[in-house]
Amino acid sequence: MSRADDIDQPGSSPAGNSLEESWGEWFDRHSRTLFIAPAVTLILIFAIFPTFYSIVFALSRVRFTADGLQFRFVWFQNFYKQLFGNDQVHFLGKIETMGVFGTLFFAAVTAAVFWWLYRSLRIATWVGMIGRLISAAVAIFVAWIMGATLLSGNPIGTLLTTLFYVTIGCGLQFVIGTGLAFLCSQPISGKSFFRVVFFIPLMITPLGVGFAMRMVADSSKGPLLPLFGFLGIGDWIWSADAWSARFVMMICDSWQWIPFIFICMLAALENVPRDYVEAAQVDGASSAQIFRDIIWPQIIPVAVTVLLIRMIEAFKIVDLPNIMTGGGPGTSTESMTLHSMYIWRSNDMGTSAAVAYLLLILTVVVCASFFNYVVLGQLRKARA
Amino acid sequence: MSEASFKFEKANRSLMERLFEPPAVGKMSPAANAVAHLLLVLWSLFVLFPIYWVIITSFKDAAAVNLGPFYVPFVDFQPNLDAWRVQFNIEPNCDLPAIARQLGLLLYNTFVFIISPIIALQPMDPQICKIYHAFTNSIVVSIISTVVCVTIGAMAAYALARIQYKPKFGNIMIFVGLTLLVIAATSYARVPWWLSTAVGLALFFFLARAFGKHFKHTLGNGDILFWIISQRILPPIVVIIPVYIMFQSVGLLDTHLALIIMYAVANLPIVVWLMHDFFASLPIELEESAQLDGATRFAIFWDIVLPLTRPGLAATTLLTLILNWNEYLFAVFLAFANVQTMPIMVAAKNAGEKGIFWWEMSAIIVIMIVPVILMAILLQRFIARGVLLGAVKG
Repeated sequence: MSRADDIDQPGSSPAGNSLEESWGEWFDRHSRTLFIAPAVTLILIFAIFPTFYSIVFALSRVRFTADGLQFRFVWFQNFYKQLFGNDQVHFLGKIETMGVFGTLFFAAVTAAVFWWLYRSLRIATWVGMIGRLISAAVAIFVAWIMGATLLSGNPIGTLLTTLFYVTIGCGLQFVIGTGLAFLCSQPISGKSFFRVVFFIPLMITPLGVGFAMRMVADSSKGPLLPLFGFLGIGDWIWSADAWSARFVMMICDSWQWIPFIFICMLAALENVPRDYVEAAQVDGASSAQIFRDIIWPQIIPVAVTVLLIRMIEAFKIVDLPNIMTGGGPGTSTESMTLHSMYIWRSNDMGTSAAVAYLLLILTVVVCASFFNYVVLGQLRKARA
Repeated sequence: MSEASFKFEKANRSLMERLFEPPAVGKMSPAANAVAHLLLVLWSLFVLFPIYWVIITSFKDAAAVNLGPFYVPFVDFQPNLDAWRVQFNIEPNCDLPAIARQLGLLLYNTFVFIISPIIALQPMDPQICKIYHAFTNSIVVSIISTVVCVTIGAMAAYALARIQYKPKFGNIMIFVGLTLLVIAATSYARVPWWLSTAVGLALFFFLARAFGKHFKHTLGNGDILFWIISQRILPPIVVIIPVYIMFQSVGLLDTHLALIIMYAVANLPIVVWLMHDFFASLPIELEESAQLDGATRFAIFWDIVLPLTRPGLAATTLLTLILNWNEYLFAVFLAFANVQTMPIMVAAKNAGEKGIFWWEMSAIIVIMIVPVILMAILLQRFIARGVLLGAVKG
C-alpha cells in the first residue's frame, strides 16, 4: 500500500541524487512513505500474510517430515469433518431429530430472516444485499444448530459455547456494567474510590483471574463452601455439570470485563448535560422516566460501540476455560480458540487451521452485521 | 417555584417524604443513597474478594489450605512465608527483607539485560530462582515490544491524520494475488520460501510500476485507518499456526524477537486507533507554522506533536504495556523453554501432574499481578480524565 505512494512523489528523482544529500534530507524526502511503512509492513507480514497462509493449512493435510512441512491438498475435507463428519459432535454438538421446540424456533427464525431480507430488498444496494444474504445464511445456520442441539435436549458443541460466552456473557456484562456506571454517575460520596476498585479486574492477567477464580470456586476447600452449605447445595460440584461449568466460566469472564463497560459507560453518562436531567427532575419526572427518555437516547451511540468492542474481544476467549476446567467436563466449556489449540497440540495443523478459519468467519460475520445494522444505524440517528 | 417556597416546603415534609424524596434538585434521597451505596459496596466486595483470597493463600501452608477454608490471617491461621521462600529458592529461615532484596535483584538484572546492548553492566550475583527467568522474560518482552509498537503505531497514526495517501485499488489486488501465488508455490510446489518471496516482491514492484498509472480507483486515509483497526477483529488463533511455521523456518522460534514482533503486531490496531484520535484533535496551525520555518516532518513530529499529546501517549503506552504483560496465546505457541513468560509459567504449573500447590501458585500469581495492578491504578487516572475514551465516543 505504502509502496504505491512514492510513485507520484513530486520532485523525487529515483536515480542521480547529488552526493552531498544527507541522511536527514533523504528521510525528509521520503517521510510520506517512512511514516507509515513500518506499521503497514508489520501488519502485512505478520497478520495479512499468515491469514492467507492459513487458508493453505485449512485446505491441506499437513505433515512434518525430515525436510520440512509436507502439504497435501484435500479440498474442503477439514471443514467437512467439522461440519458433517466425525468431529461434528465436538464442533456443532449432537445433531439428531429435531424436537418440537427446536423446529418451532428454527421456523420462527427462518421466517423472521426472510421477512427482513424481503423488507431490505427495496432499500439495499446490491453490495448491501450480498452482505445481508451472508448474515442471513449464518443466522439460519446458527438457528438450525440451536434447534437441533440445545432446544432438542442434545449436548452443544464449541460453536454454540463460544456464542454463549459472546451473547449471554456480553449481555450480562453490559447490563451490570451500565447499572454500576449509572449508580456511580449519581451524586454520591466515595465515587473515586469505587472507580479505582471497579477498574482493577480489567487489567489483571486473564490467566491470574482464571486461577484465582478456580481457587475461589473450588468445591472441596474453597471459601464459598459455607455459603453452599447454607444454601443446601454443599455437595454440589459445579465443574461436573456442563451448564453450571459454562455459567461459572461466564461469570468469571464477566468479573474481568464488566469494568470495561463500566468505565466507558461512566464516561458517556457524565457527558450527558446535567441541565436536562435537573430540568426533568424539577418537572417531576421519576428516575426511571429520566433514564429512559433523557439519558438513554444520549448514550446509546457509545453503548453500541462499546458492546461491539466487547464482542470482538469476547470471541477470542481462551485463557479462562483453559486454566479453570481445561475445557471440561468433556468439551463443554471449550471455546473455539481452545478447540483449535487442542487440535494443534495433537499435531493436526490442517484441522486446527480449519477451526480457526471457521472462528474467523463467524467473528467477522457477527461483528460486521452488528456494526452495519446496529452501530451505524444508531450513529446516523444520533447525528440526525 | 421560588427559592423561599421551596425551602418552606422542605421544612414541612413528613418522615417518609424525607426518606424517599430528594432534598434538592441534583441530590439523592437518603433511601436511594443508602441503596446505591449498598450495591456499590457489595460489588466492591465481589471484585476484591478473589484478589484478597489469592494474597492470603500465598501466605498459607499446606495444612492451612487443605483443612478447609480459612479467611483471616492471625485469627484463622498463622501466615508463613513458605510459598515465597520456594519461589526465591533461598535458605529456609529467611525473612521479609531477604525476599525484598531478591525482588530488587530481579529488577536490577532485568534492567542490565535491557541496557546491555548500550552499556556493558554485569548482572549482580546471578542467583537462579524459580521465577527468575519467567519474570525477566516477561519484563524484557513486554517493555521492548511496547516501545516498538507505540513508536511505529504513533508514526502511522500521525501520518494518517496529516498526510493524504491514495493507494491504488488495483495495486492492492496485484499484491494480494501475488501473495496467494507465493504461498501456493511455497507450500505445494516446494519452492524455498526466500526465493518465492523475492520473486514475488520483484514482480509486485515491476507490475505496480508498469500498470499503476492505469488504475483509476483509489482508496483514502479513512480506508487505511479502518483496515488497520479492523485487524483487531482477527482472532489470534488464525494467524498463529502460519506464524509458528514462519518463525520455525527462519530459526526464530523460542526467542525474544519472535514474541516482541507478535505482541507489537497484535497491539498496533489499538495504538493507531487511540493515537489517531489524539493527533486529529490537535490544531494544525502549529505544524503549519513550523513547516513554514523549514522544519522537516520528523522534526515537527518529534518536537511539536509528540510533546503536545504527552498524556495520550503515556496512557496508550501504559495500556499497551499491560496488554503485553498479560498476553498468553502467542506465548503458548512461540515460547516453550528459553523465553517462557509469566503467564506460560503459571499455565504450565497449573497443568502439573503432582496436583496443584495452591500456596505456591498464589505466590506466583501475586508476583504476576502486582505490577499490573499498580499500572492499572496509574492508568485509571488517565481514564478518569477522559484521555482514552475519546476514540470510543467518536
